[in-house]
Amino acid sequence: MKFSVFVAPKAVKSDLAATTKEEVIAELVQSLVEAQEILAKDKDDIIKAIMRREELGSTGIGRGVAVPHTKHPSVKKLVGTVGVSAQGLDFESLDGQKASLFFLLVSPPDRPGDHLRALENISRQLRDEQFCRVLSQSKTVEGILELLEEADSSQASN
Amino acid sequence: MITRVVTVQNPEGLHMRPADKLVRAATNFQCQIELERAGQIADCRSMIGLLTLGAPQGTELTLRAQGPDAPMAIEAIARLFDSQFDDP
Repeated sequence: MKFSVFVAPKAVKSDLAATTKEEVIAELVQSLVEAQEILAKDKDDIIKAIMRREELGSTGIGRGVAVPHTKHPSVKKLVGTVGVSAQGLDFESLDGQKASLFFLLVSPPDRPGDHLRALENISRQLRDEQFCRVLSQSKTVEGILELLEEADSSQASN
Repeated sequence: MITRVVTVQNPEGLHMRPADKLVRAATNFQCQIELERAGQIADCRSMIGLLTLGAPQGTELTLRAQGPDAPMAIEAIARLFDSQFDDP
């Protein structure tokens, strides 16, 4: 599943202010509210659900990347956003490294296949070290979107 | 080299928590362990690799292990698939 299918361009953040795990999750969820991808009334519940998921094990998957996520009945399709933190922050990642690149996903409870396909796409791109490095050094939203678009067009229809 | 076919049985497929359990289980062994889906091969110690398999419920994967403790590793990994990773 291509980035363009689940990443809301208006919710992408190039200069995250957050310095902790909870802050970065709140900042990205707020960004989805501002982009009108989720409703303001659902914000706190979604943040709580993502934090509960993190308690089961960090979604910091290595290479400076984290994929905080949850299911939530308020969304009808998979919605996601991307955020970059220039300084990086402690996300309790598996490899002990700071995370600076975040893909936050909110999925409808009855669509596990879409969630899997989004994870598959994110992971496939992350195997490219250069993609990871350049993306996590992006200073503008336009730069991030351009890289995601490039990644989308370099893969076969999926 | 020991080979066994395993099936993803839990409804949500091989998502992040099952992948995390596989990585943790694999690190208990010294042998090489990999999973293959239709020609695509993932190192069982790589979270990112396992997620690129994108395996939904019902997918058959080929599990391979090579090394002195390969028989134990195959048993342990296959058991995780059979127990559906204790995934809700």
